[in-house]
Amino acid sequence: MKTVSPFLELEEKPRVGVTFEGERFELPEGENLAASLLAAGVRVFRRTPVSDAPRAPFCMMGACFDCLVEIDGVVRQACMIDVVDELEIVRPGAEAAKGTDDAAK
Amino acid sequence: MQRSDVVVIGAGPAGMAAAATAAGHGASVTVLDEQSRPGGQIYRDVDRAGPARAAILGRDYLHGARLSGELRAAGITHIDGAEVWAIEGQGRVSYTRRGCAAQIEAGRLILATGALERPMPVPGWTLPGVMTAGAGQILLKQSGVLARRAVLVGCGPLLYLVAAQMVRAGTPPVALIETQTRHDLTGAARHMGGALRGWRHLAKGLRLLAEIRRAGVPRYTGARGIEIEGTDRAQAVICQSGGKTHRIACDTVLLHHGVVPNTQAARSIGVRHRWDAAQHCFAPVLDTWGGAEGAEALIAGDGAGIGGAVVAELSGRIAALRAVEQLGRITEGERDRLAAPLLRARGRERAVRPFLDAAYPPFAEALAPADSTIICRCEEVTAGDIRGYARLGCLGPNQAKAFGRPGMGPCQGRYCGLSVTGLLAQANGQTPDETGYMRVRPPLKPVTLGALAQMDGTGDGAR
Repeated sequence: MKTVSPFLELEEKPRVGVTFEGERFELPEGENLAASLLAAGVRVFRRTPVSDAPRAPFCMMGACFDCLVEIDGVVRQACMIDVVDELEIVRPGAEAAKGTDDAAK
Repeated sequence: MQRSDVVVIGAGPAGMAAAATAAGHGASVTVLDEQSRPGGQIYRDVDRAGPARAAILGRDYLHGARLSGELRAAGITHIDGAEVWAIEGQGRVSYTRRGCAAQIEAGRLILATGALERPMPVPGWTLPGVMTAGAGQILLKQSGVLARRAVLVGCGPLLYLVAAQMVRAGTPPVALIETQTRHDLTGAARHMGGALRGWRHLAKGLRLLAEIRRAGVPRYTGARGIEIEGTDRAQAVICQSGGKTHRIACDTVLLHHGVVPNTQAARSIGVRHRWDAAQHCFAPVLDTWGGAEGAEALIAGDGAGIGGAVVAELSGRIAALRAVEQLGRITEGERDRLAAPLLRARGRERAVRPFLDAAYPPFAEALAPADSTIICRCEEVTAGDIRGYARLGCLGPNQAKAFGRPGMGPCQGRYCGLSVTGLLAQANGQTPDETGYMRVRPPLKPVTLGALAQMDGTGDGAR
């Protein structure tokens, strides 16, 4: 996932550590989470419940809900969250899906 | 419960100006805004833009700092990070802030909820890497983040502005794919008179085009057959222009063919909306002051009909004068005297709109997409699905929900509502007004049970 980011950051800022799907990222503290994950090279934020299609931020203003992520069990819009230290972010439903897989084994 | 003489929803140009004007006449004012800092989308995060970003974004953007400064005046409580999810009765507003729900009672309510990008359903528009041009600009304004290899697709002044800003930042777009035709521009020429009164806008537009040209950004005009290619992410845009098919490789696609009023809050309280044929969208039915038909509220800014930032600011002040007059803080005579120069200025600013609306009409293919194109991003409903519902006798968007759930996902129709109305109207040979729009009900934003459980009624969210 940590390929070369398609996005460029103009300014250097102090960073804090967060995880996305278990992978560690150093993101600028206090900055917009969706923007920071994009700049860090994250391409797929979630998969749709209808067809499992990949999605990523589309509107960046809290209207489209395509940047949904799960933090502490609550599904939220990444574009409406600021980066804070030690955020643990997963794709929505990822934990639940893992539970189902485990049960099926 | 908290109470304010005036409650303003939205801290963009209209909301900030309305708050400052109302407070200037002694009213207690509360501004509820979703973002962490004031500015709305046009002046997003203007207080934090350093010199580097300021140079890229330009003087029009920096004007927002004057407005956000006014927001710090005595008498104004700015509640940031407040997601409004219900408006009831005569002005009881419910919102969530930092996981806690709270309520506030408004003497007068001013909605300044701004605009949304007009949905642009083209094949591949749901792929990661495809965003609105507005989103691209928000990344720059708020975070100083720029797409390295972007193609801009669509039409309108914002597309040129974003392209010019990318040029200034040293990451020019790979290409501009423009959907307007020479025919659109000649047709718009009859509105030139009005446009000349707004000549500053035109001069600005020409300067932007010159910047884009100097940077050597290729422009494909009159583009048709637009498709975004990719499996797990956008990899190229395909289009026809100048009699040839082009395939332009990229990592990011920024779409834009105009903005439309964000009507969610207004519709949820029963404000009547009417189709605006010139702007191809619904707008609330309002009096001069922004007073809404069908509900006790004033509406200002792009949510009242697209006019841009300067009109929004003026409309905010005009609506606030009406609010403080209704609250008995000024007489009707004082209101009229204070409003007269604002109304004149607004008239002048609006003069350029008919020209812009005619020169940059929405992209026809996105108003009548191919059957296989997704129009409801949340529920993945296609244009063909909607046409199928019409064949089965479906007349309106609310009935369509029962057929296949368009507009019932988390975005609640914000990015498919106009497409659903448009497709049903086309299929049934009706007007958009006859077809109607999706009924909008609270909660306007998702609310958790935990947030409701923490609602204590005293509303300490303001602290």
